[in-house]
Amino acid sequence: MIGRRRKRAPEAVLTPAVERGPDVLPPVAEAQRTVTRFGHGSRVPGWDDAADLTKDPAEVPDPATTPVAQALRDEIEAHMAKYPDFRSAAIPALAAAQRHHGWCSPEAIEQAACVMRLTPGYLIAVASFYDMLETRPVGRHRVYICTNISCSLCGADELMERMQQEVGDDPDFNVRAFECLGACDIAPMASVNDVYVGPVTLDDVPVLVEQIRAGTPPLPGKQLHLRKCVDPNVTSTGGPNLRGPQGETR
Amino acid sequence: MTTILFKDIDEPGLNTIDVYRRRGGYEQLRRVLSTMSPDQVTEELSASGLRGRGGAGFPSGKKISFIPKANVDKYLVCNADESEPGTFKDRELMQKSPHMLIEGIVIAAYAAGANKSFIYIRGEYVEQADILDAAIAEAREAGLIGENILGSGFDLSLVLHRGAGAYICGEETGLLDSLEGKRGNPRLKPPFPANQGLYQGPTVINNVETLMTMPHIIAMGGAEYAKIGTETSAGTKLVSVSGNVRRPGNYEVVLGTPSREIIYGLAGGPPEGREVKLWFPGGSSAPVLEAKDLDLPYDFNTLQQAGSMLGSGAIIVVDDSVPVVSVALKLAKFYRHESCGKCTPCREGTRWTVSMLERVDAGLATPMDLDIMASVQEQIIGNCLCVLGDAMAMPIGSMVKKFRAEFEAHIEEARLRNPYGGAEPDPDPVLIQGATSA
Repeated sequence: MIGRRRKRAPEAVLTPAVERGPDVLPPVAEAQRTVTRFGHGSRVPGWDDAADLTKDPAEVPDPATTPVAQALRDEIEAHMAKYPDFRSAAIPALAAAQRHHGWCSPEAIEQAACVMRLTPGYLIAVASFYDMLETRPVGRHRVYICTNISCSLCGADELMERMQQEVGDDPDFNVRAFECLGACDIAPMASVNDVYVGPVTLDDVPVLVEQIRAGTPPLPGKQLHLRKCVDPNVTSTGGPNLRGPQGETR
Repeated sequence: MTTILFKDIDEPGLNTIDVYRRRGGYEQLRRVLSTMSPDQVTEELSASGLRGRGGAGFPSGKKISFIPKANVDKYLVCNADESEPGTFKDRELMQKSPHMLIEGIVIAAYAAGANKSFIYIRGEYVEQADILDAAIAEAREAGLIGENILGSGFDLSLVLHRGAGAYICGEETGLLDSLEGKRGNPRLKPPFPANQGLYQGPTVINNVETLMTMPHIIAMGGAEYAKIGTETSAGTKLVSVSGNVRRPGNYEVVLGTPSREIIYGLAGGPPEGREVKLWFPGGSSAPVLEAKDLDLPYDFNTLQQAGSMLGSGAIIVVDDSVPVVSVALKLAKFYRHESCGKCTPCREGTRWTVSMLERVDAGLATPMDLDIMASVQEQIIGNCLCVLGDAMAMPIGSMVKKFRAEFEAHIEEARLRNPYGGAEPDPDPVLIQGATSA
């Protein structure tokens, strides 16, 4: 098949290789049957899957057959317009597609590639490099627990264990140990749907999980933005920075 | 004590342009654009003795003077990808005083002749990025970014770029690749970014704290700023103290302050009844120092002479209740995860170091493994495109060297606790022909 390009209609849906019959693909080994693929045959992101070298690389998706939600298209195009080289928008575009689809799914990558006029392979390479771009389906509540050195000195490993016990196998949660999140002053800490909270004690965990499930602000008294500067030489003229980005009081 | 960056930092609403202006904000920018030439600004910065606050400690004025004067697109990039473990100073600064950063960026870009600037902020700092976005919008509306800033004819665009979680993107060339929309792999140097950086154009890359210091240097004059601190390390530095201390947080100290005063005086020292076992003076990439080094003055040159570095100014304190092997293993695992995989010594070296430390922890190692581990570290240092591998090799190497007795005791203790590495001994050993059973 190498050297002879075959045009195949791009399919937006995932088709397990095995369902497409022996005439399309060579027989797949039993272990490979769970490998999910794009309609055009390339494997979905996941750098540790074996690549199928008998396939032609995927081309830039055809806009006529790749539907993209207007909101997502607008967002990606706005990012592309900000930079001298449109490819700089790869990370923001993937982040936008991930927000839209829940993870960097084959559809998400295909749509971002279609808007950016890049090959899916280019974006897969980018997506698989960065920790915050998910190349596997994940729960919608992001709980990143910092387990790096400062936090683990303050008990982050126990916190991680307790959190995993509390959440169990709830598919709505994406609990993961994360590298230093840059908030060692509130160690051990967690980033809950992008809100930094800490120090999180083991007793806080059930409360926190309940708050995440209910969709209320996580540990309102322990959020990072409430924290004052600890330097004794700072003359505190008022409370902590209580105004939000737009000047609103929180 | 002198507070420069942390002056008014807890003022409510300092993140809005009105409050920042009321506190004298953007006055220096106005002065620079109306009365000073770019060369004069660079001279002031050089005279101040300001050294980069991100880790390498390179003189900031010199960095700007390396930018060619040619009429090409030049770029200024603010490195806000603060991902060095233990560092959180830029987070507090950006969150509480985003306009100070914008003012610093415009001044630095004016000095370098750059017309396009970017802030690369790490993706995890969502709240800080939102605050910066709002501040940039305010500044643009006030005519402080954009075309013809304050009627001076100087144009500057500013784009906030959010990363997506990769330690290596804090390395300047890795950051540039990531900003260009690629995987964040570091580049071969030279050419240095000052000649060929972002989009192949001359690029200045500065840390958040460095840029934020610039308006203050302009305000007080370079010569006056140079009087603060020591001869080779001028000014104040934000120090992030974390780990086993009672009052973790950011402190602004004059460079040259005794380390003991920072760790014990400001941060309260380790909890009741415990002693400092080792401390990292400049983030987790710095070779560790021991309790006997606590009286060293905290500045660039002294720490370098002591075999370590000031780095990003993050002090991580480890007390005597923590085994040094677990600290080393934690660190090595972090660098293994974050190695981008481009250079073999780093990619393989970090992996092997983790395996060997796991052997030490499991009781499978012998003291000879410590020598092998030390030699692996030696072979990483200086053999890669960037210093990520070195950043693991230096602290691990220093730990093995300084705490060798503890490593050996750990090996022995783990071996006794876990004979045969947890495997059942072979009940009926097959003897080599000719040997006799004891």
